[in-house]
Amino acid sequence: MYNTVLNLKGLFMSELLRTSLYDEHKKLNARNVSFCGWEMPVQYESIIKEHDACRNNAALFDISHMGEFFFSGDITTSGVNESVTQDLIKLPVGKCKYGFLLNENGGIIDDLIIYKLSEDRLMFVVNAARREIDFKTIKSRLKSGDFKDKSFEISKIDIQGPNSKNILQKFISDNLDEFKYFGFKESLFDGFDCIVSRTGYTGELGFELYMANDKAKAVWKKLLDGGALPAGLGARDLLRLEMGYSLYGNELNEQTTPLEANLSMFVKFDTNFVGKDILIKQKEEGVKKIVLPFRTNSRRAPKHGNDIIQNGKVIGEVTSGAYSPSLGYGIGLGFFDTKKFDKSQKFEVKDTRGSIEVELDTLPFLKK
Amino acid sequence: MRKYTKDHEWALVEDDIAMVGISEHAVEELGDITFIEAPEIGATLSKGDSAGFVESVKAASDIYAPLSGEVTEVNTRLENEPETVNTEPLGEGWIYKMKLSDIGELDDLMSEEDYQKFLSTL
Repeated sequence: MYNTVLNLKGLFMSELLRTSLYDEHKKLNARNVSFCGWEMPVQYESIIKEHDACRNNAALFDISHMGEFFFSGDITTSGVNESVTQDLIKLPVGKCKYGFLLNENGGIIDDLIIYKLSEDRLMFVVNAARREIDFKTIKSRLKSGDFKDKSFEISKIDIQGPNSKNILQKFISDNLDEFKYFGFKESLFDGFDCIVSRTGYTGELGFELYMANDKAKAVWKKLLDGGALPAGLGARDLLRLEMGYSLYGNELNEQTTPLEANLSMFVKFDTNFVGKDILIKQKEEGVKKIVLPFRTNSRRAPKHGNDIIQNGKVIGEVTSGAYSPSLGYGIGLGFFDTKKFDKSQKFEVKDTRGSIEVELDTLPFLKK
Repeated sequence: MRKYTKDHEWALVEDDIAMVGISEHAVEELGDITFIEAPEIGATLSKGDSAGFVESVKAASDIYAPLSGEVTEVNTRLENEPETVNTEPLGEGWIYKMKLSDIGELDDLMSEEDYQKFLSTL
């Protein structure tokens, strides 16, 4: 009965990259999956337990597969500011921003977070599957400055949840109460260098930590001993979807612009960036498709790839869907054809196992 | 005696009534179960017919009738507490009961021991 499950396991684990914490995950009996070229824990004991730990206490995630690039040079003249949709000149030192790397057609090459380390240094945090194209693209847009991919030297560990600050504070030299959302510091974790960022992908109070690979094990063990529960990518996906956060490869791809992804607020139109002319045109003329949130009225979950149907016609496709443990019903994001979709009429999601009645919702799904 | 199919369902037969569920191995593979679509009471199923499906946080899987017969009862507890299948797949997590039309079909199913051997070949 479980063909779909077997597919998730990935067949060629031996060819996959492993993080510095691979042995730790093994000790914790993690169930691994192939994810963007990496062998990553999808769950330890239970996805729902790990989800609940994040919402109610603290969860610990190994996110070392993500990429980190470092730029140093003149942010104003090097071309780095035009490479992404955010204004890196205005961005204050010690703050980071979520934004996009676009192609010439305004399509999303990747969504990323850019950290302003100092007036002339930046860190880019990118998706594992997009690391190579991201690096090549940004590099090609630079006229000057130094640009390095340090993804294989750096580990990333996220601690997320209402109790994360209390657990983390014991090891961090700076006062975590002073960290504002999307603020960060080049701090010390038990005496060694660690970037501590008040960010996350869960909607909870939480921190993302960047450190040298050889320090990852110590950070991981100390935070586990401090009371955080190890959580895998399964819980992370549920947590991000409850907040309505997009996932590259689901809502975001090179054929989709930030306007179509319904994320134009992360585009600074008063700066110049590659793909801007197409986005302005879309702003004036409207978009053909757009990502919208919806919910079911039962425990049934929409699934990635399901058709969205209205009056018997396909009017869209589900990009993310899950049963929300916090809400007790199914939630989803999907592309809707703006010409065919009538907001005032009923619509449904259809898979091989039948139709699921759904209705539009607003983000975040999980209102606090 | 509990008998198993290669699709990881089990049937526990008493007289001509079979109680049907999914195996511990299936539950382990599926992870946290969030929804169960059981067959309708009165439905006539042939061995191997689709009898509903199970959704978990990770996947969805069809369940198949291990034997032929008529569905006489479904476990209504699973409507709101599908996680019971995770905690007690062989007990309180049973999914439906059926009145068998051909008890002889039982011989085609695997014993517990044969099922464990089968699992080790996967």
